[in-house]
Amino acid sequence: MTAILSLPARRGAKGLRVLPIVEIATLVVAIAAPFVLSDRIDLVTLATNVLILSMLAISFDLCWGLSGIMSFGQALFFGVGGYVIALVGRDLGFSHIWGTLPLALLTGFLLSALLGAFLLLGRKTPTVIFVALGTLTGSYAAERLVSGWQYVGAGNGLSSIKLLQAGSYEFVEGTAFYFLALATLLVVYVAARILMRSQLGLVLAGMRQNEERLAFVGYRVQLFKALVFSVAGAIAGVAGALYSYHQGFIGPGNMGPGLSTTAVLYCLFGGSGTLIGPILGTIAVEVITYALADIDAIKSIWPVVLGLVLLGVVMFQPKGILGFFVSDRERIGSYGERPQRGA
Amino acid sequence: MALLEVRNVGKSFGTLRALDGIDIAVQAGTFHGLIGPNGSGKSTLLKAIAGAHFPNSGSITFDGRDITTATPYERARAGLSLKFQITAVLPELSAYDNVLLALQSDQSLWSLLSSRTRRRLNGEVMTALERFRLADRADDLAGELSHGQQQWLEIAMALAPRPKLLLLDEPTGGMSPEERRVTGELLQPIRSHCALVIVEHDLDFIKDICDHLTVLDQGKVLDDGTVAEIERSTRVQEVYTSRV
Repeated sequence: MTAILSLPARRGAKGLRVLPIVEIATLVVAIAAPFVLSDRIDLVTLATNVLILSMLAISFDLCWGLSGIMSFGQALFFGVGGYVIALVGRDLGFSHIWGTLPLALLTGFLLSALLGAFLLLGRKTPTVIFVALGTLTGSYAAERLVSGWQYVGAGNGLSSIKLLQAGSYEFVEGTAFYFLALATLLVVYVAARILMRSQLGLVLAGMRQNEERLAFVGYRVQLFKALVFSVAGAIAGVAGALYSYHQGFIGPGNMGPGLSTTAVLYCLFGGSGTLIGPILGTIAVEVITYALADIDAIKSIWPVVLGLVLLGVVMFQPKGILGFFVSDRERIGSYGERPQRGA
Repeated sequence: MALLEVRNVGKSFGTLRALDGIDIAVQAGTFHGLIGPNGSGKSTLLKAIAGAHFPNSGSITFDGRDITTATPYERARAGLSLKFQITAVLPELSAYDNVLLALQSDQSLWSLLSSRTRRRLNGEVMTALERFRLADRADDLAGELSHGQQQWLEIAMALAPRPKLLLLDEPTGGMSPEERRVTGELLQPIRSHCALVIVEHDLDFIKDICDHLTVLDQGKVLDDGTVAEIERSTRVQEVYTSRV
């Protein structure tokens, strides 16, 4: 008991913490952006896209940064969410927000639960490579499938998607859609943060570091992995639905390995395992891509540049942009409610 | 009835017969040592008991239940716990969180998500750390601890879920003589509620803490008995003097 009473103040409670500052600053910028950019609808559209793609990046971060599941297939759930709401709008004439976004969420959850059960819940513990190839194959197969399926528009995808409705209000691209995307991202972010810093988050962090150790103290590691993978799939599904409504279009490329790999890039570039890092990574990659889009000489080689950036990050700065100014100790953080001395 | 019964267990890796018809029985509350020359099958046997390897033949019964093909998770839930030969603490978590992680393994998903039990488990975590002389390093990352402290932390983790049987694979590997002595002292109090199966090369350490020894050689049981009986065994002496 003496030792408990003399427990030193738990580290992390003292010193300047950078992550909350980055989070608040990002939120302030996000709220201000549509007002600052109000006379540039193209930039508001870009910013809305960034918010939506940030959800895809967070879904990958939950898998890899939090739980050690290397998913190269997050776009599969993103695309399916987009296709589902497009089809419901086209065939049933329904696009109310209270029905379609939960539907996309459920579809993403169920599909990822199915794929997760197949990849993760076998008798033998799957390797990182097995899961990476399995998810990549799923994403690739889905892209090929819809490319040849006339019912879903084949290679042309589905366009003129019915506008998202809330009562009689219709969301068109612009400030209202931007704030809808921001509110959704905020909900996703807060939920993911609560998960990450809970005692369950501690299990996931342990799993990422040494899943064998966790199995030997009594955790059903693969079940936890399947659960996180499913939650991440649900988030990607909602993001896909918003993307589809916002763009008025969804196509095979929105569920293939290209977008899946871009989600990996967003996350690693910003700093995996931090949640805010993937958002910063998405902003950086998308803004640079937009800025260079009109320069033909660079536009054609931009995918190659992105590939090299990914390679460089993996090799030289695996902690991403955030790694430059957030300490390892702060990035690791603490889990659950912090006990008081002598508690 | 013995707490752990290993009956005629065999394990092969390709053409190598690592375990060949092993029989051992571990009684509740005893400290049971597995000794033998390098390659005799000690660690393989420990891993077969823990569930890291499944035997090709024979059976393993723990606390009256056949666990021969049970997963490590199922064995852990049944009351078996393992400390690996190579230290397997979680280096990017604090010493405190390493123990908390082991302690909360029986909690429900909802309880974990709502972080309901952290405050309640705080006392148990600190008691475990205090017992293994790590209380003042509770907030340090496990990867920053000395090798000996990491070994103690892993033993604390293995003991946290209050197992009925603890399996220790070379717990004093890489420790100083003083750390080895302290490790022996730290393990003694668990005898009241937990049996121990220990693989260790340090014969003095084994003799100091164990009640019963099984000597393995080339995947077979060479001899089995109390420490005094094994010390008098001519078969064991022959093996050790011919190999060392």
